[in-house]
Amino acid sequence: MPKLTVNDIEVVVEDGATVLHACEAANVEIPRFCYHDRLSIAGNCRMCLVDMERAPKPIASCAMPAGDGMVIRTDTDRVKKAREGVMEFLLINHPLDCPICDQGGECDLQDQAMGYGFDGSRFDENKRAVENKHMGPLISTTMTRCIHCTRCVRFATEVAGVPELGAIGRGESVEITTYLEKTLASELSANVIDLCPVGALTSKPYAFAARPWELNKTESIDVMDALGSNIRVDARGAQVMRVLPRLNEDINEEWISDKTRYAVDGLRRQRLDRPYLRGRDGRLAPASWDDAFKAIAAKMKKAKPATMAAIAGDQVDAEAMFALKTLFGKMGSGNIDCRQDGAKIGGARAGYLFNSTIAGIDDADALLIIGSNPRIEAAVLNARIRRNWLSTGLPVGVVGPKMDLTYDAAFLGDEPAVLADLASGKHKFAAKLKKAKRPMIIIGMGALARADGAAVLGQSRDIAETYGVVTKTWNGFNILHSAASRVAGLDMGFVPEKSGLDVEAMCKAAEAGKLDLVWLLGADEADLPRLKNAFIVYQGHHGDNGAHHADVVLPGAAYTEKDGIYLNTEGRVQYANRAAFPPGEAREDWAILRAFAGVMKINFGFDSLDELRELLFRAVPHFADRDMISPTKWVKFGSRAKVKPVKFTTAIDNFYMTCAISRASETMAECMRANGTDRAEAAE
Amino acid sequence: MLKDADRIFTNIYGWGDAGLTGARKRGDWSNTAKLIKLGHDEIVERIKASGLRGRGGAGFPTGLKWSFMPKEVKDRPHYLVVNADESEPGTCKDRDIIRHEPHKLLEGCVVAGFAMRAHAAYIYIRGEFVNEARRLQAAIDEAYDAGLLGKNAAKSGWDFDIYLHRGAGAYICGEETALLESLEGKKGQPRLKPPFPAGVGLYGCPTTVNNVESIAVAPTILRRGADWFAGLGKENNTGTKLFCISGHVNNPCNVEEEMGIPLRELLEKHAGGVRGGWDNLLAVIPGGSSTPLMPRDVCNDMTMDFDALRAAGTGLGTAGVIVMDRNTDIVKAIARLSYFYKHESCGQCTPCREGTGWMWRMMERLVRGEAESHEIDTLEQVTRQIEGHTICALGDAAAWPIQGLIKHFRPEIERRIAARHSADAVNAAE
Repeated sequence: MPKLTVNDIEVVVEDGATVLHACEAANVEIPRFCYHDRLSIAGNCRMCLVDMERAPKPIASCAMPAGDGMVIRTDTDRVKKAREGVMEFLLINHPLDCPICDQGGECDLQDQAMGYGFDGSRFDENKRAVENKHMGPLISTTMTRCIHCTRCVRFATEVAGVPELGAIGRGESVEITTYLEKTLASELSANVIDLCPVGALTSKPYAFAARPWELNKTESIDVMDALGSNIRVDARGAQVMRVLPRLNEDINEEWISDKTRYAVDGLRRQRLDRPYLRGRDGRLAPASWDDAFKAIAAKMKKAKPATMAAIAGDQVDAEAMFALKTLFGKMGSGNIDCRQDGAKIGGARAGYLFNSTIAGIDDADALLIIGSNPRIEAAVLNARIRRNWLSTGLPVGVVGPKMDLTYDAAFLGDEPAVLADLASGKHKFAAKLKKAKRPMIIIGMGALARADGAAVLGQSRDIAETYGVVTKTWNGFNILHSAASRVAGLDMGFVPEKSGLDVEAMCKAAEAGKLDLVWLLGADEADLPRLKNAFIVYQGHHGDNGAHHADVVLPGAAYTEKDGIYLNTEGRVQYANRAAFPPGEAREDWAILRAFAGVMKINFGFDSLDELRELLFRAVPHFADRDMISPTKWVKFGSRAKVKPVKFTTAIDNFYMTCAISRASETMAECMRANGTDRAEAAE
Repeated sequence: MLKDADRIFTNIYGWGDAGLTGARKRGDWSNTAKLIKLGHDEIVERIKASGLRGRGGAGFPTGLKWSFMPKEVKDRPHYLVVNADESEPGTCKDRDIIRHEPHKLLEGCVVAGFAMRAHAAYIYIRGEFVNEARRLQAAIDEAYDAGLLGKNAAKSGWDFDIYLHRGAGAYICGEETALLESLEGKKGQPRLKPPFPAGVGLYGCPTTVNNVESIAVAPTILRRGADWFAGLGKENNTGTKLFCISGHVNNPCNVEEEMGIPLRELLEKHAGGVRGGWDNLLAVIPGGSSTPLMPRDVCNDMTMDFDALRAAGTGLGTAGVIVMDRNTDIVKAIARLSYFYKHESCGQCTPCREGTGWMWRMMERLVRGEAESHEIDTLEQVTRQIEGHTICALGDAAAWPIQGLIKHFRPEIERRIAARHSADAVNAAE
């Protein structure tokens, strides 16, 4: 723990800290462009120069390790001159185009020029101009603005694991480029926009759409995957303009996936903004809320409880599920399910949570992935695995199809027999698990969303027991969900009661004509055509699969349009906040269900979201523990049945289109096209 | 003047056989095994005692540099890297060593490599040195065939390999850490220091990077004794040095001389004097293009060694002496150097990337007088804004020549500006 003085202030910093950290600890501001906490140190912008005692010239504080007894000064004339000099150099070839630059208002160069720049220019030569580069449908480039900090290059190489960005040329002819003018083949590519300290890389879909100071900023939670990445939703009026990451060291650090960031333009298209009723002609026609409710009530009053069912979708908030569960409970139907994909999970919490926590990945020393492609199912989490692999050489084994994970992994085969070999120690990867002190298993829905999923879960549990994946201080048994609402649904018991029907049974019952009514709460991914004999109520926000098959459509609110509780794959309780209002006559989902209960003369016991939450917390107390993960016990789960010799797959093959919102998003469609064509070209 | 008996490079002009037979006749490889027997630390001590300072430009004591290598080889091997990327304008000494005395370099590699407990040396040779690379490779092959390299090199009991690597022609790859990057197959950009190469160098292993001349003189120093070497030259600037004399002299040449020889004597004895006589001298750049120039009055009684030149505000650098007589357009000459540095800046760090281009463009205008006189101060300030603020020394190297110009030839620049202004005024009146 070196102790040093910064401007006469004594500070003690961690071993391995830099002089820049020490200055921050002393509350001394150090301007910087190239330095970034999560990237390797480049030391090239020279903005962070400080004076060190006995050093003949100023030192780059970002790169200099803090040493015991160092005397640092940041307030000398020399430091001031150095900073002003560097700032002048950065500005001489930087265009004075702030008024037409999207970075304006949130630009590091703009801000620091206020602090260290001159009010005029001494530069009488022509400014450099650089040709723009093509970086795909998400990243707009204005390379003349580039200050060559190489943050984007380092991000692509280190975090995203796609070394497709780099610098070519020399001296003032240096250019940052993708070399081949191709789309960055990463699910995290758009983070370079946040990293870029100037307006060289800006957001293409958001180009010239708004200024940062016009936006209402709401802190919220993402639902595009089950990580629950912390986001900030920037809205202007009723329109969500953009989504940015919010710092959360335990989950997404400061990255988000491209889908999280850019699927939001889907919120403007295909929206359900009024109720619809399917008329005699077989077409959906606009209807009033009253008519819609009456039509449903008429059906419900005729039907027996056992012939009614409810399916909750992958992005719904806990409150809506709780309201729907309450409705079906009061009507006496136990046919509810939140596992559209038919995953065989539920019951014991340890059997469906990411027990090690996401941050726990940093501590793992061996990893077995079963039926999952984390790069696509949870891109940000995959970057964490990559980081561990980079720093420790983490051995990774994959049971499932071959894929590019951005780190070296041993593909052990996609036959379930591999699991048995691993459990018995026959497989050679078993030795690596055995050697590990904190081995980790990640099981994806590709392995669990199948008829014998419970058996796979049981066998995985056996492997965990055999190799010490679960000890007193470590639980590396992890389920990686791909649905944001899944853990909340399982925790509150949105699963069939005894003798109740699960999704597969509902489909079978509907096919046999034994199901009268299905309530789809934002459920678009289930095998809906099989339900066609039943009367289908679709409550959701997009005219997607669910609405297409529905007899009644109730317009709900998307995740940015309501306050809601989500539990991520770790079981962490997070609260999303409303950033905009739902369009037209659409309403928040819990309120729709509460209103319908009124029509049915059912007493829910709540009239407001707060009252609902109170009941919810009484039923499942840990939902009240905001940002916490309630502890779980390691118990028996899964089945001992035989796993059928059907190859494992992964849950998602198309990263860009996984839900109603992303399917409605033009940006996501463009990404798909760009990646499809670019990859095909590369293959040629 | 250096006695012939004290010359180290006796075949620097290539009058004799550069091959192994000729080299052996000149004493190379004669008792390598005996030198190795001195032991790692003793060799370092003797080089220290000789007072040898690095011949690549910075003049850092060579023995001291070797002593920074870890005293024990742990999990990472040690490497010797020889910097043969001689690209400093005005410098051509390493080239002749490689051409005519390659075995001095190779033997030096074995001895120096042994001293720093390395079993391998990489010689990074400038890409443009095509024939030199061939010569050197031939010498390496010859040495391997004669058992002087490889297992039990020169029967010393020490295994030693030498690999030749050709650069691709970037000046910056002569900077030691950029050289290492390039050697590793990356873009030639200097690394941040610390960590220094002796701790984390080539492929993350302890490495020492030395100039060709520093390595090539080591065996002779050990053979003839540190005292002999220390007895030549001046205190703290000992031994002999290859000087590369170019420009407006009657007989441009490479010559080995004692450190501290008076500049005038150096030019007149070996290079036939300044073209048109000493009084026709305008200025001398004493140590390769990076060092600030000296006008004649400074040259009059200047001695050629690190400390004296440093005291005069310039440096010995690589001892590439560039002589300019009164015919020289001194502003244009320095502007050409500015273009060189602008062209060779790696572009990694801000002051050098942006500043070298700015300086060159201003210099070009000053050549023609198309400027205001206050811009001379602006230019001076820009050089100060670059100097000492960059990752490597290229920024300093680009700034110094201009600083030297402004310091000594400001009236000339102002004269041009005034002439241009009055010409403009005449044109406007017409």
